Amino acid sequence: MSSVRAFLLAALALLLGRRRRPRPLRPGERERLVVPPPPDNARAELLAIGLLLASAACGIAFVVVYVLDRLPAHTQLLGLSLGLAFTFLAAALTVTAKRLVVTEELEDDYPENEHPDEQERIVQVVHESGLTRRRLFVVALGAATGSIGVALLAPVASLGPAIHMARFYLTPWRRGTRLVDEQGRPLRADQIEEKTFYTAFPEGADKESLGSPIVVVRLRPDQLDLPSDNAGFDASGIVAFSKICTHAGCAIALYRAPLFEPTDPRPALVCPCHYSTFDPATGGSVIFGPAGRKLPMLPLQVDARGFLRAQGNFDSPVGPSWWGVRLKGPTS
Amino acid sequence: MIRGLVRFIDQRTGTAPLLRKSLRYLFPDHWSFLLGEVALYAFIVLVGTGIYLTFFYEDSTARVVYHGPYVPLQGQEMTQAYRSVLDLSTTVKAGLLIRQTHHWAANVFIAAIVLHLMRVFFTGAYRKPRELTYWIGVTMLTAALLEGYLGYSLADDLLSGMGLAIGYAVAMSIPFVGANLAALIWDGPFPGSHAFFPRMYIVHVLVIPVLIGTLLAVHLALVALKHHTQFRQGPRESERKLVGVPTVPGQAPRSLGLFAIVAGVLFLLGGLVQINPIWLWGPYHTYDATNGAQPDWYLGWLIGALRITPSFDVTIGGYTLVPNPFWGGALLPLVFFAFLYLWPWLERRLTGDDAYHNLLERPRDAPLRTAIGYAVMSLVFLVFLAGSADRVDVMFGLSYSAQIWLYRVLFFAGPVIAALLAYRTCVELQRGEQLHRRRKLAERAARTARGRA
Repeated sequence: MSSVRAFLLAALALLLGRRRRPRPLRPGERERLVVPPPPDNARAELLAIGLLLASAACGIAFVVVYVLDRLPAHTQLLGLSLGLAFTFLAAALTVTAKRLVVTEELEDDYPENEHPDEQERIVQVVHESGLTRRRLFVVALGAATGSIGVALLAPVASLGPAIHMARFYLTPWRRGTRLVDEQGRPLRADQIEEKTFYTAFPEGADKESLGSPIVVVRLRPDQLDLPSDNAGFDASGIVAFSKICTHAGCAIALYRAPLFEPTDPRPALVCPCHYSTFDPATGGSVIFGPAGRKLPMLPLQVDARGFLRAQGNFDSPVGPSWWGVRLKGPTS
Repeated sequence: MIRGLVRFIDQRTGTAPLLRKSLRYLFPDHWSFLLGEVALYAFIVLVGTGIYLTFFYEDSTARVVYHGPYVPLQGQEMTQAYRSVLDLSTTVKAGLLIRQTHHWAANVFIAAIVLHLMRVFFTGAYRKPRELTYWIGVTMLTAALLEGYLGYSLADDLLSGMGLAIGYAVAMSIPFVGANLAALIWDGPFPGSHAFFPRMYIVHVLVIPVLIGTLLAVHLALVALKHHTQFRQGPRESERKLVGVPTVPGQAPRSLGLFAIVAGVLFLLGGLVQINPIWLWGPYHTYDATNGAQPDWYLGWLIGALRITPSFDVTIGGYTLVPNPFWGGALLPLVFFAFLYLWPWLERRLTGDDAYHNLLERPRDAPLRTAIGYAVMSLVFLVFLAGSADRVDVMFGLSYSAQIWLYRVLFFAGPVIAALLAYRTCVELQRGEQLHRRRKLAERAARTARGRA
């Protein structure tokens, strides 16, 4: 570091020293504004020109690659040629900066911190501009601009149903709705196996709405430990929950149900976004992770032909929490 | 030719004096002063590649069935938005290069801004008279984070859809008004109406870029009006005198060279290093999710914070006052940016220093600032690390839940430890320097005494 500084000082002394002994100016000639460049840099110039030509060659290569679009690894060759064109240009400019042009270390004054006279004059002009009851005027002006601002902002309310929250409670499930899979085929109770999970939707509804998708799992009767609120929600061991995590709205896409020993801990539904973990055996209660609400449970029944149907709507609203999520139940 | 051009410009604009001055405007020399420039050049690449992408992107969520050349997705139902990005990546010549370069440039853009901010913070460059420059810079960082999030959300692949769902949950979690706000933004409950993607699109390609461009112009104008700050590298620099290299001939080739290398590296990355291969993620459906999902790096701290928050919603009777995602997804960034905005004022209150500053301080010169900066930085870094706990579990077998508990403790302990360590280090470095100076003086005195003897 200190050697660099010494070098810079020496170079500076050299440059300044050279400037102090200028040759006499010829008539009509002006004093230099930029200190003279170091004398011999033909090799650096050659290097810079070579790099610029390499850059040009890469630029042309890019166009050639672009036209010959049957080449393998097309994207890679395009990126390589264009990237190298810029990189060679950068190298040429670096040589130019370091070896060809003069690098002066000059001094300059920082601008004035402030201009008190000018400030005073601005205040004076405002004061002398003729308003007598200035405070009242400012209040009235504020009222005008403020209400215009509110008026201009009011149409923002058209962007969406911001006041009526009914749609946040709505789900397509109702008593008797049949469970179907992603292709729309009805799910039979005897299809549902243990230790795996099924995604199901209400027959005929929009699959994308948050109230639609559910996860269906089968638990052994001795595993099942539903709280009294959810008593009778299972169809002989088959339980169903909203597939939308109550924490941040991702889909519950993981089912922790080990197929071989050790099979502890018990089966759990897990959201891959923030690892909220829910217990299907206890009605979807949170056993780990950030979710603040249990998973909404859908009561199931099996119809005479063996198909799974909803007994009614979920036991609580689906989707991430908001201020009204506990105020009432879901509606159909 | 140059004389003709200069005459033309001067006769039409009368700006020759201004031009001459700006040719000799001085740039103090230090490598860390280039970080802001890297951000500027990444922004230029972003605008250029972004305009190209708009010629191919469709902002519609209408459902279509894919029949394009990418076999694994043939016959799948997806949105037009996702199909257009897929087509751009598979059938448009150079489309994938431009898309990947755009994505890389966004990552580099934000990384450069963050490093630039750290440089400005730890050297005290934001101090009077440059608070406005700093506040505008912080505003650009917030705009850039939102811009990046919207950008990768537009692709409507499985990952980005999950990101949007989380964004929706965070909006919903804002006390009192969250659901109303979300209903305005999405035009109803998630995934929103057909109006949502066009809204996101226009904000991404017009509103925020224009905002960033305008703020950038003011930022640069303010820098030039008050001139650059500088380190005291020799006897010539002072609060009054600036030492630097003039724009022409010294600085211009350096700066243009930096632009060329930024563009070069970005195009090399865009061509050679795959980023966000959306065809692997597949189309988004509200009922689909993938494991091991991670956002772009600059949102990693938010996912970490969401993950380490323990399970609770704050409720009063049936009213849900604070839903869980608020803490990590909204409050943490709010507090973080409030700290950044308020810090120049806070520091002035703490130190009583109301003077003008053109000379920069080294981190050790201001132990209090360095300590507080380290505390905040370590907090953000810790929650960022917490976001990777699931990958660490998979790759190194460290229990996920144990890690989460560790991060919950570190969230409070880490910043305190970091602040104490940083403060101590600064003080020791200062003492070391004093000792060094004293020893040199003593040695010189001894030499002269010996010479006399």
